[in-house]
Amino acid sequence: MADGIEVRGVTFEYSTGLGSVLAVKDASFTVAPSEFLCIVGPSGCGKTTILNMLAGFLAPTRGEILIGGKPLGKAKTDRGVVFQDFAQLFPWRTALANVEFGLEMRGVGKAERRATAMEYIRLVGLEKFSSTYPHQLSGGMQQRVAIARALAYNPGVLLMDEPFAALDAMTRDDMQGLVASVWAATKKTIVYITHNVAEAVYLGDKVIVMAAHPGTIRQEIRIPLARPRDPLSDEFIATQRHLLTVLGARKPPARAAAE
Amino acid sequence: MSRITSICITLLAILCLAAAWEAFARFGGYTPKLTPTLSMIGAALVRIAANGVLWTAILATLNRLLLGFAMAAAIGLLIGGLMGRKQWIEDMLLPIVSFVYPIPGLAYAPLFILWFGLGDVPTILLVGISSCVVIILNTWKGVKSIKPIWLRSAEVMGAGDREMLHHIVLPGALPYVMVGLRLGLANAWRILIAVEMLMSVQSGLGWLIFGAQTFLNTDVMLATIAVIGLIGVLLETQVFERIERATIVRWGMAAA
Amino acid sequence: MSRTRRIRSAGLIRGVLAVLICLALWEMFARTSRSTSLTPPLELIGQTLAGMLVDGTLLINTLHTLGRVLLGFCIAALIAVPLGILMGRSRFAERFFLPVVSVLLPIPSLAWVPLFTLWFGIGNTATICVVVYAAFFPLIYNVWAGVRSVLPIWTRAATVMGAGRWALWRKVVWPASLPYVIAGTRLSVGRAWIGVIGGEMLASPTFGLGQIIFNAKEFLNASVMLSVLVVIGLIGVITERFIFNALEEATIRKWGMAASARR
Ligand SMILES: Nc1ncnc2c1ncn2[C@@H]1O[C@H](COP(=O)(O)OP(=O)(O)OP(=O)(O)O)[C@@H](O)[C@H]1O
Ligand SMILES: [Mg+2]
Repeated sequence: MADGIEVRGVTFEYSTGLGSVLAVKDASFTVAPSEFLCIVGPSGCGKTTILNMLAGFLAPTRGEILIGGKPLGKAKTDRGVVFQDFAQLFPWRTALANVEFGLEMRGVGKAERRATAMEYIRLVGLEKFSSTYPHQLSGGMQQRVAIARALAYNPGVLLMDEPFAALDAMTRDDMQGLVASVWAATKKTIVYITHNVAEAVYLGDKVIVMAAHPGTIRQEIRIPLARPRDPLSDEFIATQRHLLTVLGARKPPARAAAE
Repeated sequence: MSRITSICITLLAILCLAAAWEAFARFGGYTPKLTPTLSMIGAALVRIAANGVLWTAILATLNRLLLGFAMAAAIGLLIGGLMGRKQWIEDMLLPIVSFVYPIPGLAYAPLFILWFGLGDVPTILLVGISSCVVIILNTWKGVKSIKPIWLRSAEVMGAGDREMLHHIVLPGALPYVMVGLRLGLANAWRILIAVEMLMSVQSGLGWLIFGAQTFLNTDVMLATIAVIGLIGVLLETQVFERIERATIVRWGMAAA
Repeated sequence: MSRTRRIRSAGLIRGVLAVLICLALWEMFARTSRSTSLTPPLELIGQTLAGMLVDGTLLINTLHTLGRVLLGFCIAALIAVPLGILMGRSRFAERFFLPVVSVLLPIPSLAWVPLFTLWFGIGNTATICVVVYAAFFPLIYNVWAGVRSVLPIWTRAATVMGAGRWALWRKVVWPASLPYVIAGTRLSVGRAWIGVIGGEMLASPTFGLGQIIFNAKEFLNASVMLSVLVVIGLIGVITERFIFNALEEATIRKWGMAASARR
């Protein structure tokens, strides 16, 4: 069910009124089926752009993307996406109805999809808020609904764009644990974008480190640690330090270093 | 889409509209007397512009518009502002205003004719009264929308009633007030044209259309309608967009 | 709880009081003036209203006017909604139609009445044409703005979850543009009212509230005019309260989207 992803020499230029902006330059990497890939990099290095191409929202200027061996346009849309932006939920649907959407699109009957959606709402710990509209939820809660929504129709590939960047540290720890256990249980292929190095080391099988202006892949690093991982172990901290050096030791992201 | 393509498409649209009218005029089954061709309309426009009829009509209409709108703005800002600041005034006036609001101003026209006779005075009064309601409502909403924290912080900094009005209430309410004035002017403009037809005034664009109908001068009627549209666009875009850009857009209270 | 209720009931009392004061002032004014036909006292207005209610003139004329508004609005909506959606989704259609819309929008619908009566004769057709013209432009403009206001992130999220073209329209674009659509409908119905009253006065179809008002002028009958004005006001309050407000309450206010289409 989980497809692999192959990115071959992909370049992306935004054309704006003032000319073109080179957002991603000649990026190549692969994600094996059921692999957990993290992409880290400074703000503006093209992470969101890459994710939007993987999701099929943007077509690469050059290069190609294969999912399950097929070019992106032809692959069946078996993907779930969690965006960086809180506004991604549909304001006209309750939390539960938002989670139901993907199932509804697949023609699942009302009772069944309600039950399934409720399961995922429970998974993210929002059962008390299932009939609340998004504007009455906090940012973190909205983001959790978004994760439930992306999981509910059980896509083989999950693309997540800094989903927890705006959460408080405690909720974020919970959510990271949740993602790790969902991945362990379902063996989805996951591409997870973050600017938090500790998060990348905690979650990823493999981490891609990017550099900005133009966005390029600097290095690909395997994380050899056994799961479940202990963020306080010596290996963990050593891996984290290594990643920070690759990122550019002169300005390590302050927040990640503090954790 | 480049700028040139988009201009081309706009030109194409205007061309299509003109062609559609021309086809309707020539082959629509009416006599050219009823559906004049574009060249006839253009000629009529030149004619009324050259003999001065158009200019006196425009002047007369704009004159009434200005007087009526000035009256509406004065009444609207005053009553709306009072309603926003004093709860008891709001309680008393809101039911009445909400009842009057949906009545088209035109419906009062015959009543005004009965009371004030025909002519300029009832026309201006009607325009003023019927377009002030929307200004009242928006001014009231605007004053209500002022954040109590602004008022409190100004009070703490020692602002008196007059300073409060000048520095907090007026700028704070401005986004809504602008919407109200804009809608009020649009209403005044719409109703004025119609009222000029009903009130047997002796000049004005509405009168020009209505008078031309008597002699089946459809070319003059359409030329006048075109002028009315043009003035309407100018009133909308030139007057208010300028004021808004200079005030609330600059203060970040509304999108450009 | 009881405090807010007390405040609300104080407001209510003040509102009633203000209405009573207005009525009393009118009554004083009416009784001291010379002509009861020009400034009829309340009793006379009440009698006129009751008389028109009983003999059915009010009902039949109101139904005619409402029917014209409804028909005109429906025709306008039938064209404006699809076209507005098209304008919102296609840059070409936007560039093509927007100039036409922005030129025709500021022309008051009633300016067309003399022309429409020449083309279609005086009566119903011309009146309905005016209503259609009045209702059309605010609607198309707002549908366009509404579709433009749909966040790309919503359509992206829906597509990636497998929404087809039709589901995208029905379940995302439509509800997302509702704040504007409702605002546009409200404006459009308001303009249609102006159009229908003016049309009924100038194009003289049979029946209609505008007709009664206009004809009453010939007989110097202000009490008929005032009665009809009261009826028009009531219809306005009822549509606002029970249609538009209820609609907003059930949709965009519940969804927290009410502020997004203030203009
Ligand atoms: N719509 C757009 N038009 C033009 N340029 C864009 C657009 N979106 C992004 N860019 C540019 O492309 C580059 C990469 O943007 P992107 O959003 O992919 O960064 P990011 O890595 O996701 O950053 P962040 O961590 O802040 O989310 C940036 O330099 C940005 O200025
Ligand atoms: Mg990003």
